[in-house]
Amino acid sequence: MRLIRVMCSGRVDLSFVLRAFANGADGVFIGGCRLNECNYTTHGNYHALNMVLLCKKILERIGLNPERLRVEFMSAGEGILFAEVMNDFGKKIKELGPLGKNEGIDPADLKSRVQEAAKLVPYIKMAKSDKLAQHLYKTEEYSEFFTSAEVDALFREVVSYHIAPDKCQACMICFKKCPVEAIVGAKNQIHVIDQEKCIKCGTCFEACPSRFGAVQKIIGGPVPPPIPEEKRKIARTGKEKSGTH
Amino acid sequence: MDGEAGSFKVTLVKKPRYIIEDQCTGCTVCAEYCPVNYPDPFNRELAPNKAVHIYFSQAVPLVTYIDESCLYLKEKKCRICEGVCKANAIDFSQTPEKEEINVGAIILSPGLEPFNPKLSPEYRYGEFANVVTSMDFERLLCATGPYQGEILRTSDRKHPRKIAWIQCVGSRQVIPGGNSYCSGVCCTYTQKQVILTKDHNAEAECTIFHNDIRSHGKDFERFYERAEKLAGVRFIRSYVSIVKENPETKNVAIRYATAEEGVQEEEFDMVVLSVGLNPPAGVAGIARTYGIELNPHDFCKISPFNPMATSRAGVFVSGAFQGPIDIPESVFSASGAGSQCGELLGFRRGNLAKERIYPPERDVSKEEPRIGVFVCHCGANIGRIVNVPSTVDYALTLPHVVYAKEQIFSCATNSAKEIADIAKEKGLNRVVVAACSPRTLEPLFRDTLREAGINQYYFEMANIREHNSWVHSKEKDEATQKARDIIRMSVARACHLEPLQEFDLPVNKAALVVGGGIAGMNCALSIANQGHETYLVEKEKELGGIARNIHYTLEGLDVKDYLRDLTRKVYQHPAIHVYTQAAITEATGYVGNFVTKVRSDRGETEIQHGAAVIAIGADVYKPTEYLYGADERVVTHLELEELIGKGDQKVLNAERLVMIQCVGCRQEDRNYCSRICCSQSVKNALKLREINPKLDIYILFRDMRTFGFKEDYYRQAADRDVKFIRYEPQEKPQVAAVNEDGRSVLRVSLPDYILGRSLAIDADIVALAAAVVPAASTAEVAGLFKVNLSPDGFFKEAHVKLRPVEFGTDGVYLCGAAHYPKFISETINQAYGAAGRVLTLLSHDTVVASGSVCEVNEKKCMGCGACISACTYGAIELRGTKQGQKAVVNPVLCKGDGLCNAKCPTGAIVLKHFTDEELLSEIDAALENGT
Repeated sequence: MRLIRVMCSGRVDLSFVLRAFANGADGVFIGGCRLNECNYTTHGNYHALNMVLLCKKILERIGLNPERLRVEFMSAGEGILFAEVMNDFGKKIKELGPLGKNEGIDPADLKSRVQEAAKLVPYIKMAKSDKLAQHLYKTEEYSEFFTSAEVDALFREVVSYHIAPDKCQACMICFKKCPVEAIVGAKNQIHVIDQEKCIKCGTCFEACPSRFGAVQKIIGGPVPPPIPEEKRKIARTGKEKSGTH
Repeated sequence: MDGEAGSFKVTLVKKPRYIIEDQCTGCTVCAEYCPVNYPDPFNRELAPNKAVHIYFSQAVPLVTYIDESCLYLKEKKCRICEGVCKANAIDFSQTPEKEEINVGAIILSPGLEPFNPKLSPEYRYGEFANVVTSMDFERLLCATGPYQGEILRTSDRKHPRKIAWIQCVGSRQVIPGGNSYCSGVCCTYTQKQVILTKDHNAEAECTIFHNDIRSHGKDFERFYERAEKLAGVRFIRSYVSIVKENPETKNVAIRYATAEEGVQEEEFDMVVLSVGLNPPAGVAGIARTYGIELNPHDFCKISPFNPMATSRAGVFVSGAFQGPIDIPESVFSASGAGSQCGELLGFRRGNLAKERIYPPERDVSKEEPRIGVFVCHCGANIGRIVNVPSTVDYALTLPHVVYAKEQIFSCATNSAKEIADIAKEKGLNRVVVAACSPRTLEPLFRDTLREAGINQYYFEMANIREHNSWVHSKEKDEATQKARDIIRMSVARACHLEPLQEFDLPVNKAALVVGGGIAGMNCALSIANQGHETYLVEKEKELGGIARNIHYTLEGLDVKDYLRDLTRKVYQHPAIHVYTQAAITEATGYVGNFVTKVRSDRGETEIQHGAAVIAIGADVYKPTEYLYGADERVVTHLELEELIGKGDQKVLNAERLVMIQCVGCRQEDRNYCSRICCSQSVKNALKLREINPKLDIYILFRDMRTFGFKEDYYRQAADRDVKFIRYEPQEKPQVAAVNEDGRSVLRVSLPDYILGRSLAIDADIVALAAAVVPAASTAEVAGLFKVNLSPDGFFKEAHVKLRPVEFGTDGVYLCGAAHYPKFISETINQAYGAAGRVLTLLSHDTVVASGSVCEVNEKKCMGCGACISACTYGAIELRGTKQGQKAVVNPVLCKGDGLCNAKCPTGAIVLKHFTDEELLSEIDAALENGT
């Protein structure tokens, strides 16, 4: 057990959990205050709970045993309970064995699966932002709060954005607005989305002037390869805005 | 003690601790080696203790002391502790120290003494092994208790399955040694114990023998319901006697009686006596020393109109010495007594404060990280398990670590100085101390860095004690390996740390008080008396609130007189500005800097203020039941009081009057107890009895909740032939207007459970104990000041027990019935309590915002608003920019929980000091294969 301190369990990011598994952690435990006993008005432990419920489904989808992730709620006065829970979790993880072995996935494959999922974290946060911040009042709600079918759909219908080279006017609007600098381009250079950097937020899609309609939303399908660098120059004729390439 | 208000001379005698407090680090190695073993009074003598020990795990200061059981003190033998203490903190040469201090005011908060059931042999406490008090049981439930949180029987150390609680032990008893008053807290603490017992063992059968369940506190009714609904929990209304102990099993037999089944005897594995609250031990001596008077119950003598003042000027009282009260009321009165001292001594505020000067901070932002690692032995606490020298060698191999050293106690004054000196000498720009929990010592080491001219946020603590040596004492090699891992994680994090500034915001010195009732007026007066301009805003034409309808208190004091006097003081105070017929149209700003717009009979006003107090009171429920509104002979209690006050003939000449309790509350849609109605009914009944000795008075109740000293008046009413008849919510009384012998009467019918038949009472007047409900404007005011409401619709305090006059929103405070229904004396306690908190804010020139708050990288923000819905402090808002909507954090409002950071898809919003980068670096380092 190696401990990492945060000021509220609600600070634990989905990407932290996936990073731990990508690095080969056999289990991840999140400890929060008792539900409804927040000493502030934050109640961030519910956020932690929702994130864990979602993450368990993601683990399931990529072939990992969801029991490798656990969240428990207790007070600082419950040392004995903490010890019991940690011993129990330790025992469970020993039963499950090293990450991937029990699941029959080789380490390299496993790492790439987790990293693929981790890349989708921004997209997942956007798609599920309302649900992630909800208060669940009954424990019965936990099991079905995020369903496997829902998470499967999330992965199946993953959104990608692509700039159609024949429509792009290299106007720099999307380039400037992209929050993660995933758009490669310059004036008179057809813009291209770096799919490795793209977080699928759709800012470019919203920003592209409708008269161009260059940014395309692709649901679930493959993204066309980027136009080769040497073909990106737009030769403008006179002062007209539309050009040929 | 002698002297007078403003200048007292107090002589204190400090008993020797035999420990040099400044040198003791609280490592408790001495306790481990101490050969003495005797029953620990703190654990109710259920567990052994040592002669040298820390009093209890949350003691302040968290250092040891040596008590009278010490072999050396008794017989000049042993002195083992001296040998094992590496901090040289043991000093047997200490003697009692006499000290004289000069103070301007004194607050007495000696607390209470639990009732001792040994005084009443019929409880068999001390005689039957498995009869324990609720205090004993509290220790049994506690993780630091005698059996580490396991509930075990004294006789055989087995888990009890059948447990009985007996209520009112030492309370509500007019017998020698008992107390006639109700202790007010036992019903609910018993329910807590039941719920915790069921948490420990779901199979446990819990039986509570009571005589009225008194759930008059905020949220207590729901809590009672929660306990009652648990499987295997029985609440039985019956007096009981403890009959015998089974000689073999040591089980305890209890005899009780119910209306349905008559007298029965039942055996329990354990019996818990819910003992009441007595005055503090040695109360007569306290009264003598401070020259104060006591009441007939030996608590402090106080007036309901100022429960924090004793009979001697300058000597104040807070907490349970006022009488048996619960935690929130203790906290009100503590803060309130503080405020009253402030009124007396405000002119000297700040005279003893000294400012600390730190060397200027070195700008290291351009430097590569140069990390120093200090590994603490913590005496033997860490050093005996972890191979500390090897971790020092290991630390030196880590990237950016330029210096590493071991220390016996890093927290000792000389060690901290050493860290500062080395940091300067070696040009360190980050420091990692591998020792104990940051909870206790992080502030000390941050200070050390400031002394070395390094930004305090460049400090990182690696906990190799609580997280390591204490839990792995039998696995030394693994513990050493883990210590290396923990240090590696901290070093990785340290590389990413950033210098952060805590910044000061100016505080506007004025206060706004919303609501001009008893709560608002007292609060405004206390604030203004301490030199702050106070704006008092009242929606009605006149000040006074609901108290304008109250004529007298249960104790017989004249409320009208009091109110006149209070209102006059408010109007005459030069620093209080009263706005009547006022409505708040807009409230903006934040702690220290609010701007509120008020429309009133003075026109439109914009008020700038540093603090706001919400004291808008409550309303009375308008009943729809029992013919109220249809028949004018059915009135509420406030209306009845008005009629009595006016000398109404119909009331004075009535032959029979029926009061019905719990009208509109303790039911599904309003699931709380209005707290004051039982006493209000008793008050009106006694008043009517005084006026018309022949009047036949009935009080129909569910549970009589005359808690505290009010119990005496309940008894008085019963003695004066006021008839109390209990009803059940599923069989509520019925009221019908009928003609009997040509006379029109209100016929009240209900079942009588004691006589086992139905009753019909023909009354001339029916008085309804109508519920206290949240004021109509509650939700609106909550919205204006961005504060929350409880499920029952009253304002929700920051913490029900610990911060009952504050809101989660800084700079906004709460008092009076807006918080929950309460008595005038409780309202005054809380009003002063709120004033005390306001002064804590307004007496500073600035508020300090933490450095560890959230910040937005505007370029990365896509304006999705996920952060805004995650923030419960309203600290984030969207602002339009050329690049679209962008989130902006107000760092003053941010509490640093980082929920927004975990929701942000792009990583635009960052919780400083707990950034993604910092935490991910720890995760990566944790899973690196260390050597």
